[in-house]
This record gives sequence, C-alpha cells and structure tokens, in this order.
Amino acid sequence: MNNALLLDAIERYRNGEMSPEENTFFEELRKNNPDIDQLAAEHNFLLGELDKLGEIKAFRHSLNEVQNKLANEGILSENQGKGKARIVYLWNRYRRTIAVAASIAGIVSISTATIVSMYSETKNVAVITPLVDNKLNQFEHKLNQIENKLNVASVAASKPAPKPKLEANFRATGFLVDGSGYIITNAHVINNARNIIVENKKGDQFFTKAVYVNKITDLAILKISDTSFKKVTNLPYTFPKSSTELGEHIFTLGYPREEIVYGEGYLSAKSGYFGDTTSYQISISVNPGNSGGPVINKNGEVIGIISSKETNADGVVFAIKSKNIYNALKEVKGEESIKLPSVNSLKGLDRVQQIQKLEDFVYMVKGN
Amino acid sequence: MSIYDQEKALLAGLAAKETSAIETIYRENYAMIQAFIIKNNGYPDDARDVFQEAMIVLFEKAKLNSFVLSCQIKTYLYSVCRRLWLKRLQQQNRYFPSVELLKETIPVENEIEAHEKQTADFNLLEEALAKIGEPCKGILEAYYIQKKSMPDIAALFGYTNADNAKTQKYKCLLRLKKIFFAQYKNGDS
Repeated sequence: MNNALLLDAIERYRNGEMSPEENTFFEELRKNNPDIDQLAAEHNFLLGELDKLGEIKAFRHSLNEVQNKLANEGILSENQGKGKARIVYLWNRYRRTIAVAASIAGIVSISTATIVSMYSETKNVAVITPLVDNKLNQFEHKLNQIENKLNVASVAASKPAPKPKLEANFRATGFLVDGSGYIITNAHVINNARNIIVENKKGDQFFTKAVYVNKITDLAILKISDTSFKKVTNLPYTFPKSSTELGEHIFTLGYPREEIVYGEGYLSAKSGYFGDTTSYQISISVNPGNSGGPVINKNGEVIGIISSKETNADGVVFAIKSKNIYNALKEVKGEESIKLPSVNSLKGLDRVQQIQKLEDFVYMVKGN
Repeated sequence: MSIYDQEKALLAGLAAKETSAIETIYRENYAMIQAFIIKNNGYPDDARDVFQEAMIVLFEKAKLNSFVLSCQIKTYLYSVCRRLWLKRLQQQNRYFPSVELLKETIPVENEIEAHEKQTADFNLLEEALAKIGEPCKGILEAYYIQKKSMPDIAALFGYTNADNAKTQKYKCLLRLKKIFFAQYKNGDS
C-alpha cells in the first residue's frame, strides 16, 4: 500500500465515505499494524487541524463582516470619540502618566523650596552678629570684684563716692547725645537688662535707666540717673543733615575690651543687611563690645551707630544711620527734653586731637 | 421566551455560524467591551481584536455538545475579554491597572489556555503552509479551507483532470505534514 493510497483511505475513513466492509478492513489494518495506525493518527490530527483552521477562518471572516457592517451602520463607534468624549478618552488614557509627572513636579518643587528656605533661613538667622560682648569672662568678673573690694577697703576713709557694685554680664558702647546725661546705644545691648550702668574713660560709673527702646530701629536712649553725674557741655560732634557718600573715611571708638579702642574704615554701601535702607554697610574692624559706638566722619559728624556684623564675611559691619536718632528723639520729645549738640569742634583737627576730644563722651555700657 | 432560552438559541445560531446570531451578540456586547478596553489603557483596535478572540472562544464552546451555559453570554464574554486583555497588557509590560471588578466575572482560565494552545497550533500550521510554497499552499487551502471540489481545483490550477490534481494534493499534503510535525514536536518539547 503506498502512501497516497493510505492517505486517501484515511481521508475517506474520516469523512465516512467508506463502505462497511472497507471500514472494517481499515480498522483491522490499523489494529494489526502500529505503523499504519501511527500514520493514520497523525494524518487524522493534521486534517482535523486543517478543518478547524478552515472553520475559524470562515468564522473570523463572518465576524469581520458583521463588525464592518455594524460599524458602517454607526452602531459600533470605532472612532476615538470627538469633543468631550475625546477628552475623556485622552484623560483615561494618560492620567497615570499625568499623575506620575505631577508627583515628580510636586516633589521637586517642594524639595527645592525646602532647600531654598532652609538655606536662606540660616542666612537670616546666623549671619548677623550683634556686637555686644555677652561673654564677659569669669576672670574679668573676678577682677571687678577685687577692684571693688580694694576700693572699699583702701579708700573708705578718704573718698565717700562708692562705685556701684555690679557684676556685669554684657558690655557694649554708647555715647552722649545731650550733655545733661542722655546716652544713645543699641536696643539689643540693653535687651532685658535689669541694671544698666555706664562707665566713662576715667572709670566713673553711673546708674542709668532706659527712656527709649525701639527694637525695630535697634536704638535705645539711656538717661543717667546718678546724682554724681555732672552735666557736661560742649559735645564736640554734630549729627549731619545730609547723606554720606560712599568711600568716606570713618572711625569709631568703642569698648570691645575694658579699655577704649579706636578703629577706622570706610563707608562701603548706603544700605545695610538685605537692602535695609535704615543702615549703612561699613568696612571696619570691630568686635563684640563695639555695639552702640559712634561712626564718625572726618568732619566730626556722627553718621551712624555700629550695630552688627556679618558673621561669614570679613569687615562687613552694619551701622544704623543717624537719621534714625532724629526720629527717636521726636518720639520721646514729650517726656524728655533732649537737645542735640549743634556746634562741631572737631572739624579741621587731626585724628589724634579729634580722638582726645571725643573719648570723654564715649561710654562703656554694661549691666545685668 | 425566557432569557435562558433566548441565549441558548443564540449559541446554537453561533455554532451554526449564523450571521444573525453573530450580529445580535455584537450589538449587545461590543460597546461594553470597547468601553472596558479603552478605560484600561487600550485603543479601539485592541477592543476589536480582543472581542473577536473572545467570540472565537465562545464559538468553540458553543460547538461542543456538552457545553451548558452556566451564566449569561454577557458575563462570559466580559470574563474572557478581561482575562485576554490583562494578559496582553502584561505581555507588553505596560502598567496594568487594578481592573474594575464591578461586573461579575467567572473563571475562564481553562478556556483561554485551550484557546491559546489552539492559536499556537494554527500559527504553526499556517507557517508550514507558507513554507511548502505555491501551488501546494493554494491547492491545500482550496481543498481543505475553502472546501472546493477536486474538479474545480483542477480547473483553477490548470491540471488536466481531477485525478492529477488529487495526486498533486497528496504530495503537497505529505510535505505539509512533514514540516508541520517537525515543528509541532519541536514546539512541544
């Protein structure tokens, strides 16, 4: 039996075209001959697959026909929708992408904002150092105590003027604006102080009380309340009416130590920290204790009051413009009669003479 | 006629490849499936493919005498489409969403597995058909798929008589069988 005949037989057997005798014969043949049986099974399977393929193809064809027909009738909308439907479609399709993009954008902006704010906050908080010396050390305390004791012990007989005994925990500078005992300094200097005393170059100490404190302009006016204070006249400096120019040479006197210290520099900018127009930026060497010291130009005019310096930069110091003193005086006008000096006796003198004239009017401010 | 009887009649029609039955099923279910596919990251074309696959699965089922519909055609189609679409999304490695489970579904894993196996077999067969080349492919397709008669085929392919054509067909069938089973067994192992 050759292959073609066998295949023909299998096909006829499959299709039920065989006569009963032939059928029996064929089944016998398969039973007795495993090779033929195997062949027949394979062939049968292949034909079955071909059949099914044909069927499915035909079915797919009718599906497509139906679908196209219905699509043409407009019953099945295969377009992606128009107008609102399209927006809904696009939204559904891309909302996850949008959500991811939005979250990333959100995280980035929040973290950027956080970093920026953290950075600028540290700048705001840490960069400016008020120039009050709050760290008067134990050594100086001891010195003060011993000095006071010595004074009491040795001079008790002769001099009745007892110095106020006080353990200071801060030290800064101030200067007279009125010979009758008004001293100007920074508000941050006397911040929360219970007792404030001032001490002149000679070491005379006087009790004072604050008659004006403005934390915004950082100015304070102290009044010497001690009766031992003798009214002084002829304050040598004046306060300028006009503004000051960049590059002008300036100098200051202050108490960064227990002794008066001279420093000089120049005006670097007409505004202070972060564009603060109520102060100047000056370049000068100052230290804690210089706060409240006068900034004086070569004509002997007080152009400002030293208040703070930038921590991270060298020689960047801020001084409150003396214009603010006028404002402060206006505010206390009703209660105190303060008259600013009007005659300038420093103009034209050389620096050493200017300092000699000045130093009597610059006081150390301390207290606790 | 109860819904059950209606659906039974529809399935009978489907098994007999009646266009009217196919059309009815299309009308009643296509929109739902398309909405589902589009909502879950697909295009209308995807809906078309998936729906047709599901129809073939249903068709295969309907042909079986033993098949008893245990749920509505709607539920069945939805379950199959959902399963097929999830598989496709996974294959494409697309982000696949937590598919809405508002509608009732029934387990269709076995059917889909059988369907996939069948599809793979068909692919093999079609590949084999493509490999045997013309005119063998044409003759076999005409005879087995388009179900044309031998004399017609002889006329179509230029053979002098049906017997010649038949001999040619057997030769072709043998080649097809050789190629198909070589691949089929490879594929299985």
